[in-house]
Amino acid sequence: MDNNQALQSVELNDLHISLGGKMVPFAGFNMPVQYSNLIQEHHAVRNSVGVFDVSHMGEFVLKGDKALDLIQLVTSNDASKLTDGKVQYSCLPNNTGGIVDDLLVYRYSETEYYLVVNASNVKKDWDWISSHNTFGVQMEDISNQLSLLAVQGPNAIKVLQKLTEVELSSMPYYSFKTGTMAGIDDVIISNTGYTGAGGFELYVWNKDAKALWEAVFEAGKEFDIVPCGLGCRDTLRLEKGFCLYGNDIDDTTSPIEAGLGWITKFTKDFVNSAYHKSLKDNGVTKKLVGFEMIDRGIPRQHYVIKDAEGNKIGEVTSGTQSPSLGKAIGMGYVAISHANADTEIFIEIRDKSLIAKVAKIPFL
Amino acid sequence: MNFPENLKYTKEHEWVSIEGNVATVGITDFAQGELGDIVFVEIETKGQTLSMNDTFGTVEAVKTVSDLFMPLSGEVIDVNAALESSPESVNQDPYNSWMVKINITNANEISDLLDVNAYKALIGH
Repeated sequence: MDNNQALQSVELNDLHISLGGKMVPFAGFNMPVQYSNLIQEHHAVRNSVGVFDVSHMGEFVLKGDKALDLIQLVTSNDASKLTDGKVQYSCLPNNTGGIVDDLLVYRYSETEYYLVVNASNVKKDWDWISSHNTFGVQMEDISNQLSLLAVQGPNAIKVLQKLTEVELSSMPYYSFKTGTMAGIDDVIISNTGYTGAGGFELYVWNKDAKALWEAVFEAGKEFDIVPCGLGCRDTLRLEKGFCLYGNDIDDTTSPIEAGLGWITKFTKDFVNSAYHKSLKDNGVTKKLVGFEMIDRGIPRQHYVIKDAEGNKIGEVTSGTQSPSLGKAIGMGYVAISHANADTEIFIEIRDKSLIAKVAKIPFL
Repeated sequence: MNFPENLKYTKEHEWVSIEGNVATVGITDFAQGELGDIVFVEIETKGQTLSMNDTFGTVEAVKTVSDLFMPLSGEVIDVNAALESSPESVNQDPYNSWMVKINITNANEISDLLDVNAYKALIGH
C-alpha cells in the first residue's frame, strides 16, 4: 500500500473501481484481481464470455529492413516462419541459461513487427533487445499508449462479430487483423489469449478503450458477459498449463526444461542457443511438470516437492484449486527421474508430506 | 458488510462468541471478503491446548492461504466438521460458519478482545 504512488494505473482504472473491481498492485500497476467472485468469473470464461483488461502488458514496435534479423537473434522461436498477420509465442533467452521474458511476436509486414511482453519486464526487455540492436532497427515502446482487452470464452466470437465487419471465424488461432470494431478504427483484433477458452485480444489506443469496453459489454449482454480479474486469469491459464513468467519460467530456467522446446528452434542461431541445444541433445536433469493433489491440500509457489524417501526433488512454481476440475493442481520443476506422468510425488504443505501425482499438461 | 454487535472480535479478523466457559470462533465478513472463494478449511488441533495467538488451523482460498489464530488460550474442544464438505459456507454465512469451540483457560484474556466498534474502526468501516 505504501507504494501506491509509484503504481501506474491503466486507462480504465476508474471504470474498474466503479464496477467493484478489487484493485491490487501487480507488476507495477493497480490491477483488478477480481470483481464479484473469482470462481464465477472463471466459469463465465470457460462457459460463455468474460473480459480482462490486461493493458499493463508492454508493446514494442520494431521497424526496419533488419527487424527480422534482430528478432531472430533475441528470440528462441523461428520468426522467419511468420507471414503477415501471424503471431508467434516465443521467449527471450538470456546469456546464462535462463529466460529474460516470454512474449508474442506479431508480424505486421516484412519490415514491421510488434512484440508483446510482460508488464513486469518492460524495461528489462527493452534494455535487453536494445543492447542487441546492432541492425539499425527502429524501436518504439508504445506500452503506455495502448490498452489491451482480452475478450475470452466460447461466446467471445459471437459478441465481437456483432461489432465488426472483419470475418472473425475465418481467422486462425494466432493470427490478427487490423480493423474497425464498434466504429473504432485501428483496432488490432488478435485470435490469441491466455485462458485456453477461445476468444480474441483487442489492442486499442487508450483514447478509445472506454468506448470499446462499453460496446463489448453491450453486445455481450445476451451472453451474460462479465468483467474478469487477474485472479481467474491465473486459474484459467494454470488449468491449461500455460507458463507464467516469474513463477514457472524465469532468469534461471531453460525453455527446454520448461517444456517450451516447441518454441525453441535450432533452425537458426539465437542468444545462447548452443547451451539450449546441448540440453536438448543431452537431456535435462529437471523438468517442469504438472501434478494434481491426491491428498487434500493446495500447492502454492515455493512449496517443496519430495520423493517417497523424503528427498527434495524440486519446488512448486504455481498451484491452485482448479475451479473447472474441482481439484488442486500445480506445476513445478522435478528431477527428471520423477517427471513421467502418474509418478507419485509428495508436496510439503505446512510440515506434512501430501501425496500428489505427476499429470499431463494441459490439465483440461 | 455485516458485524453483529453481540460478538467480540480480534485483530486477526476472527469473531468470538462467549457462552459460559466456551468460546465459539469463526472469521469475520471482512476476512472472508478479503480471502475470496474459500475452498478448504483445515483444522487438526482438536483436543490440543493452545495459547492465545497460536495457530489453530488454516483457511485456503483459491488465491491465498491464511492461518487461523487462537483468540484466547484454551483447549480446542470441537471443530465444525460441516466445513470440510462445504467450506464455501464461510463466504456465504461467516457468522454461522463457526470453526472451533474453545474451553477458555484464562478468562482474563477476554478483555483483550475488541468490541464491534473497535473492530469496525480497525478495518476502517
